[in-house]
Amino acid sequence: MRTMFLSLSLMILSLCCLSEMHAQDNAKQVIPSASIKNIKGEKVNSGTITNDGKPILLNFWATWCKPCIQELSNLSSLYDEWKETTGVKIVAVSVDDVRNSAKVAPFVNGKRWEYEVYLDENGDLKRAMNVNNVPHSFLIDGNGKVVWQHNSYAPGDEEKLYEVLKQVAAGQEVTGH
Amino acid sequence: MKSLVLFTSIFFISVSLLAQNQGDGTIGGNFQIDVQSYSPDSLIGAQNVPEKVRSNAFLNLNYTKGNFSAGIRYESYLKEILGFSPNWGGKEGNAGIGYRYARYTNDDLDVTIGNFYEQFGNGMILRTYEERGLGLDNALDGVRAKLTMVKGLQITGIFGKQRSFFNVGPGIVRGIDGELLVEDFLKNFGDNVSLLPEGWRLRFGGGIVSKYEQDTDPTLNLPENVLAYNTRMTFQADGFALDAEYAYKINDPKTTNVNTFNPGRALYVNASYSAPGLGINVSLKSLDNMDFRSSRRSQLTDLVLNYLPAVTKQYTYRLLTLYPYATQPNGEIGLQADVLYTFPKGSFLGGKYGTSININYSRVHSIDSAKNISDSNAIEGNLYNTNFLSFGKRLFFDDINVEIQKKWSKDFKTNFGYMRQYYLKELIELLPGTGAIRSDVITSEFIYSLTTTKTIRFELQHMSVEHRKVDAEGKDKDAEKDANGFIISPKLDNNNGSWIYALAEYTIAPQWFISLFNEYNYGNEDPNRRLNYLSGNIIYVKDALRLSVGYGRVRGGILCVGGVCRPVPASNGFSLSVSSTF
Repeated sequence: MRTMFLSLSLMILSLCCLSEMHAQDNAKQVIPSASIKNIKGEKVNSGTITNDGKPILLNFWATWCKPCIQELSNLSSLYDEWKETTGVKIVAVSVDDVRNSAKVAPFVNGKRWEYEVYLDENGDLKRAMNVNNVPHSFLIDGNGKVVWQHNSYAPGDEEKLYEVLKQVAAGQEVTGH
Repeated sequence: MKSLVLFTSIFFISVSLLAQNQGDGTIGGNFQIDVQSYSPDSLIGAQNVPEKVRSNAFLNLNYTKGNFSAGIRYESYLKEILGFSPNWGGKEGNAGIGYRYARYTNDDLDVTIGNFYEQFGNGMILRTYEERGLGLDNALDGVRAKLTMVKGLQITGIFGKQRSFFNVGPGIVRGIDGELLVEDFLKNFGDNVSLLPEGWRLRFGGGIVSKYEQDTDPTLNLPENVLAYNTRMTFQADGFALDAEYAYKINDPKTTNVNTFNPGRALYVNASYSAPGLGINVSLKSLDNMDFRSSRRSQLTDLVLNYLPAVTKQYTYRLLTLYPYATQPNGEIGLQADVLYTFPKGSFLGGKYGTSININYSRVHSIDSAKNISDSNAIEGNLYNTNFLSFGKRLFFDDINVEIQKKWSKDFKTNFGYMRQYYLKELIELLPGTGAIRSDVITSEFIYSLTTTKTIRFELQHMSVEHRKVDAEGKDKDAEKDANGFIISPKLDNNNGSWIYALAEYTIAPQWFISLFNEYNYGNEDPNRRLNYLSGNIIYVKDALRLSVGYGRVRGGILCVGGVCRPVPASNGFSLSVSSTF
């Protein structure tokens, strides 16, 4: 067991060195790499999600979480305007496990939501982003920097979010949050 | 232990080497601290807690640099909060590193050593996962590699031992899984090669898991290597999707399946259709002897290798969570249908701001099975015959639920719901003689925005409960009552009869949540137990920091307060919770 760990650790170490050489290829990566699924249930690497240098609102939610649904429903009526003014893309990551994950696509469609939706059935991206509870939102700028985050939802949260979002879209320093 | 020390030192050496070389790696993490005080409360049957105050806490630390990441989780159970397994804290409380890993990922390869969470297909043969709020963590400790050899084909291989509280279980788990995305795979032979019309998708998958554990039984001839496999496919065309998985497990006698030498089988089929405004989902699940663990001696949720979720709706309204169904891995067959429709804005029923309606129906039965009378094998016996896909006579659970959400104006929104449920308590809670529960629940919720950031929310719920007797043959009957009208049979526990629930919440976005709620068990058969469960909470949120203080009597279940849902155990006293992400 010991030698196995030793050799594997060495292997990982050498791979790290390799990763440095590739580091530049990942300069545009804005979300950490984790194995998630798209709305069709196909595995994708979350590191490939981009918005061409414009901000991304990454929202973790679940079909069984009432405040999450309230939040995404309220954002849904603002989304068109926000896209126009700030270029933001809302990425809604469902943390539903297999009990409910097959219901996510019909649910999103049934609610007339137009977000880019992913499934994080086993919590890989949730862990990579250090999320404790849902809803949890991250506003990520074009360089992959988390400029704002918020846990929980109360109606009216979107007012604050929109203020921050406009600052990010204008390339300003985010202040006062 | 030695390997842990070795691993940890190598981990830190690698991290420091990388940090020196680069200086631009990132460290992130999160933590949560829950503290709960316990006051004696014999009326609700509260357990005596000699420590008076208990606490669970954890802190995750993750280091990421390019394609490399590594992390640890420190956990403490001093002692564990009630509702968590007493194995977490042991006799004197426990704390330590419960999880550590190092991982390298690029486009084609993903290697993890240390702890990892993995799921094959729908999880029926393998799912290791964590639910920190419930105290569940069956992570594997070993090595995992994921390879994308050619476009559209991904292979995952694992070797490991499973976490059991602060130790690992005795079994060794090996597994391999493959998934083929047909349309993507065909692109290897040319950009225009395609089997299906544009937008249609087809996917196949299969996995094998094998568990090794020594046979030390003096009588039975137990299999030391237990093999399980699954095959699955998914087809998608426009708004339609069909997902099917079949799983098989060779005989695996243990306490939880009464040492039967029958093999295990499971089938899961899910079909859905959706178009803007409409979502329909239908699923069927049948299980026979599918309790799969990395140790024969483990009980309850310890060392479980697979995941068999209930085909029933996951409720969040408080009274709807009183009697949640739990999957019966030894045998059940269930159906669920769910329809969601959102009327277009501006239509007669949709109004100016839209209306949604959701209907859900689920039903779970026993599977037909009978003891195999020709079975006389003393060392490989306890066999039974079963018709796999037939609905057995016993009804375990059914419910129908309708919910209507309507936004009346920019500032006012309502949700109304009705549910009728049958719950075979004596089977689901393993309490013989407690019969079944037939309940009707009405829920209502009113949300009114005073200003753009100040909102008040009210909930009113009523649950009317009828206790049913179940006779020796499993037939459902009226309860037996004495001359005064009190129930003699079925046996009742502390929580019985009808309930009423009310909640008021005031929020000031984005920072404050103040809520007060009461559950009143007014229909309890015992007049002394017609109790109020009054509880109050104040929550402060600043970015990712969440601080919550509460006081009251809380019944167990999923609790959604302050914009966050999490499972909470029953308690009476003060609670304090702090969590953040950094």
